[in-house]
Amino acid sequence: MKKEEWPIWEVFIRSKNGLEHRHVGSLHAADATMAIENARDVYTRRQEGVSIWVIESKHITASNPENSGELYEPAKDKVYRHPTFYELPIELKHI
Amino acid sequence: MDNVKNLEDQFQARIDAGEKIEPKDWMPEKYRKTHIRQISQHAHSEVVGMLPEGNWITRAPSLKRKCTLLAKVQDEAGHGLYLYSAAETLGISRDEMYEQLHTGKAKYSSIFNYPTLSWADMGTIGWLVDGAAIINQVMLTRTSFGPYARAMVRICKEESFHQRQGYEILLILCNGTAVQKEMAQDALNRFWWPSLMMFGPPDDQSPNTAQSVKWKIKRKTNDELRQRFVDITVPQAEVLGLTIPDPDLKWNEERGHYDFGEIDWTEFWQVVKGNGPCNKERLKAKVEAWDNGEWVRDAAMAYAEKKNAQLTKAI
Ligand SMILES: [Fe+2]
Ligand SMILES: [Fe+2]
Repeated sequence: MKKEEWPIWEVFIRSKNGLEHRHVGSLHAADATMAIENARDVYTRRQEGVSIWVIESKHITASNPENSGELYEPAKDKVYRHPTFYELPIELKHI
Repeated sequence: MDNVKNLEDQFQARIDAGEKIEPKDWMPEKYRKTHIRQISQHAHSEVVGMLPEGNWITRAPSLKRKCTLLAKVQDEAGHGLYLYSAAETLGISRDEMYEQLHTGKAKYSSIFNYPTLSWADMGTIGWLVDGAAIINQVMLTRTSFGPYARAMVRICKEESFHQRQGYEILLILCNGTAVQKEMAQDALNRFWWPSLMMFGPPDDQSPNTAQSVKWKIKRKTNDELRQRFVDITVPQAEVLGLTIPDPDLKWNEERGHYDFGEIDWTEFWQVVKGNGPCNKERLKAKVEAWDNGEWVRDAAMAYAEKKNAQLTKAI
């Protein structure tokens, strides 16, 4: 009997306390416990992490690159959100 | 049709500007197919590459060497997994890739179809085979497809240990007894030419190179990479006191490179076609491992489903 593949999981690792979990890659596992064990073997063979998150890939919703325009372009012309937009005298300190 | 042409132009413009392509971005069908083929074959090479070295784990000469070899082989398994995941982002399933490997439809690096006859082969593989892989993989860290480039960065970080442990094995043999040094020379004699072949056919017989360079899949041609390998490796052989088995090998002052002899491309194509010394053995080992593991995969899945069902019922 040939069953379907083990599902795909996305793996996030915190490299040390004080830093955020970062996406490092994906792997296959039958369940969450196995996904953590496999992530330990595949992504932390050289002490790359102190904490692992796994989530089944199908639960991730991603933005579509085709919508990049409407999503990200509105921020483009809002230069007044950056400190350099404001011209102040150079002799001014600590601001 | 005009529409596609337009998209292709935009795509090429992004590549030319040095942008990375991510899985959900629009890409020409051929770019996708080329990547699926190249990344999966790279993954297969990492995985099949465990077999010739796995052959020596139980016979490593010391506990230290055994730990090292185990760690290296485990790394290669990891490399295969990073790469399979990168290929999966393009819409091919893991099972499909395995299927292609097991039926012989997909290729893997020919170097792994040569036998590992002595302990010196473990040194030579680390030094030359991982060394050649490093040259290719360092180039690929800058490849245009994001997931492939990221897998390469991860892999390159781990490869240096592979090459250094191999070289150290040879260093010890070359400073040992006459018989040990002879063993090292014999391994070099057998692996030198197949290592040069790892970079693929010469540029004038490699029809896909131009497109690959245009799409920044490759940043250097096969011949350029091969030359770099020879230039780096010859002085390393001198440190060992070993002789590279090529009477035509000599420094060319004018070119600033080593000249080297003609590669036997008939042998290369014979091995690619499945007639190398170990092709059948390697594939058989892979297929058997896959088939014998089926009940484990199914049992794990059944267990996960049962646990899930219990959880749902409890809620
Ligand atoms: Fe590798
Ligand atoms: Fe390696």
